[in-house]
Amino acid sequence: MNNQRDWVAHTILTLGVLLFLFPLWLVFAASTQNSGAISRGDLSLLPDLHGLGIYADVLTTTREGGSPVWRMLLVSAAMALGIAFGKIIISVLSAYAVTFFRFPCRMLCFWVIFVTLMLPVEVRIIPTYAVMADFGLINTYAGLTVPLIASATATLLFRQTFLAIPDEMMEAARMDGAGPLRFLRDILLPVSAANIAALFVILFVLGWNQYLWPLLVATDPKLDTIVIGIVKMIGVDTATEWNRVMATALLALLPPVAVVLLMQRWFVKGLTEGEK
Amino acid sequence: MATLVLEDLRKSWGATHILHGIDLALASGEMLVIVGASGCGKSTLLRLVAGHDTPTGGRILLDGKDVANLDPAARDIAMVFQNYALYPHMTIFDNMAYGLKIRGLSREEIRRRVDEAAGMLGLEPMLSRKPRQLSGGQRQRVAMGRAIVREPKLFLFDEPLSNLDAKLRVQMRAEIKRLQRRMRVTSLYVTHDQVEAMTLGDRLLVLHQGRPVQLATPLEVFATPATEYVAGFIGAPAMNFLPGALSHGGTAATLTNGLVLPFADGSREGEDGRALSIGIRPEHLALDPDGLRLTIDLVEPLGSETVLIGRLDGGELLSVKVQGAAPSHESVGVAIPPVAIHVFDATTGLRLGPREN
Repeated sequence: MNNQRDWVAHTILTLGVLLFLFPLWLVFAASTQNSGAISRGDLSLLPDLHGLGIYADVLTTTREGGSPVWRMLLVSAAMALGIAFGKIIISVLSAYAVTFFRFPCRMLCFWVIFVTLMLPVEVRIIPTYAVMADFGLINTYAGLTVPLIASATATLLFRQTFLAIPDEMMEAARMDGAGPLRFLRDILLPVSAANIAALFVILFVLGWNQYLWPLLVATDPKLDTIVIGIVKMIGVDTATEWNRVMATALLALLPPVAVVLLMQRWFVKGLTEGEK
Repeated sequence: MATLVLEDLRKSWGATHILHGIDLALASGEMLVIVGASGCGKSTLLRLVAGHDTPTGGRILLDGKDVANLDPAARDIAMVFQNYALYPHMTIFDNMAYGLKIRGLSREEIRRRVDEAAGMLGLEPMLSRKPRQLSGGQRQRVAMGRAIVREPKLFLFDEPLSNLDAKLRVQMRAEIKRLQRRMRVTSLYVTHDQVEAMTLGDRLLVLHQGRPVQLATPLEVFATPATEYVAGFIGAPAMNFLPGALSHGGTAATLTNGLVLPFADGSREGEDGRALSIGIRPEHLALDPDGLRLTIDLVEPLGSETVLIGRLDGGELLSVKVQGAAPSHESVGVAIPPVAIHVFDATTGLRLGPREN
């Protein structure tokens, strides 16, 4: 009985894995083949192992009007890390304030943060651009990251985490002599470490995949992120080198995958573990 | 060791009055238990003393110094919480040492104090474990250890045993009492459990709807409850109350069913006919074939004793505690020994003591 259920479960899981892996395999196979073959549509499902050199090539060579892929990966990494860390710092602090302190208009502050959830980036992108331009932050790393750092979602998630911490724990810390910052550092952050790690993974991937905002705010090819770079490779009037595009796409996948794998243990813990 | 004095301590949230002026004085080393039903304001009182809430009025004097406006950390008070409130990410050692580290004690001193407290509480083998690896009773000990190492002027206990199972509760109760006796730290202990209240306290304060009703030693509270509320609250099973009236020139009470109970301890003030409530504890009632007839509704065997719950012919509910197993009849005769009755005024609920002269 149990064995049979295991067998069914494994079959379904295997099918699911194949379903997700097939497109990736296709991209990998295509990246090693001749660009013309891809355009014609006679793509082999088996990779051409002689074409593996393409990876070294895209990583290092500079194409006309762009930067090499290694540089784009670095720009993307800087942006994604900046956004993830920035969001976590800002939202931990604001969630701490609205959860643990009583001050005038506390609930108003909370609701204002909450309401920004309803404004997607696209809606406020023109005014945000204008503000960034006034500050002279176009084509800077600050311009790439700062507008994306404020996060209602992360603030709300941390608020929920903090609400689950019993009041008595804060009271005990106060009687032990811990001030507000000390309580945050010694108790609150370690207790919510798993949640922070889980959120870091989500936010890193979110930052890595940004497209519209970097497209607007960074026109300098030196600040091209990997996502922008891929789009730029798909030429409008020139012939697209599809094998290069495929190889770059695979390379672009690696850092987020690495982050998820490295943080997996924490990630699962953060999503599943209730407060003791 | 310190004295604690509360002077007209009041707390209200908007128009809702939680505490209506509490006056209290604790001698150095005394353990005072505050007992009352939930919502009586006992936890609020403790939070005011701890400094987690600010009083609406009144003073809190710790060793003669008003601490009502001081930060909790500056009051030199330690508290044991109902849910333990241990820091889940720290080891047991760090949990106990945290307050000492913040206060800047030397490592050797911290080590010495934690080891001493751990020894007293039998926690030495688990100092490097995390709270989640401990059982409820052990966590409770850690919470006490955290309070002990601080060597505070005052201990506050907020229903510390409520989350434990019955057996552990009895064990920890004895342990707390032994510890408090040994350390002679002035303590306030809040509970809704009357057994804890009776066994732990040097004195008891019974709170009812934010007002102090009686402050006395546990045995005094049990023997001469100040009001009908206290009488019904302390003692298990609860005291029976039968309606009656003053008669025979103040020397006896006549129950509504006509039974005359002469007062054994002297006559009471008032006109004949004054409405009374006569209290009698279930364990003081005696089985007597010639007594009042009690139709039994429910039998609760407790092993060595049995509680019979039934109705008198007039419909009044009455419970009787008898030794041994239950009688097998559907009704029994019950006699009320006049020496064991408590007399209360039926309208005010206050105890009506014998006339003084």
